[in-house]
Amino acid sequence: MTESPEDENVFRALADPTRRKILDELTERDGQTLFEICARLAMKHQHTASRQSVSQHLDTLAAAGLVTSRRDGRYKFHYLDTTPLRRLTERWRRPETKET
Amino acid sequence: MRITITSVIVDDQAKAERFYVDVLGFVKKHDVPLGESRWLTVVSPEDPQGCELLLEPEGHPGAKPWKAGLVADGIPFTQFTVADVQAEYERMSGLGVRFTQEPADMGTLWTAVFDDTCGNLIQIIQMKETAE
Repeated sequence: MTESPEDENVFRALADPTRRKILDELTERDGQTLFEICARLAMKHQHTASRQSVSQHLDTLAAAGLVTSRRDGRYKFHYLDTTPLRRLTERWRRPETKET
Repeated sequence: MRITITSVIVDDQAKAERFYVDVLGFVKKHDVPLGESRWLTVVSPEDPQGCELLLEPEGHPGAKPWKAGLVADGIPFTQFTVADVQAEYERMSGLGVRFTQEPADMGTLWTAVFDDTCGNLIQIIQMKETAE
């Protein structure tokens, strides 16, 4: 089976603990500003990443389709999208478990 | 040296006075005509002799893009302390205030972020009780 560039992006995005932590926090509350994500990483996880680096992590997650960003008036919110994960788990499913 | 005044830059002083007094519940302390605007400060009724908040007009051309950049990323430049973040969130939401961050548990404190209608985001915080 050949690996699509889209799947490569998902694996790359998930390979970093900070990015996984961002997904955890978006699971807790979907639709956060960059500020809230940074605050959660810093205050709940004593994470020292700069705002710029968190922003780059969000870009990587967006490239993988795991995070979408939407403008709402003057604000911008970031949302979790687990569609790419479903595509990945489909790949290793045994044939008999596919039909339920 | 003491800190007696801190500022928020507001797009309209009359609108700011309504929001900071009528919605937030601060009390007007000084209101003096100054050039084409006013020297307008408010204080907390819980600390009338405390630090004043200057509602400063957005005159400088650099102010507007700077504020818009902060707002787009959800960044509050000003912070107030409250007794109960959740209660304030409910009270202010009832008055139509827009929150960009609903109350969140940040470990040692609760925080929330709202729009002051004058181009700024404001964070309210509540320190959690410590064991001591």
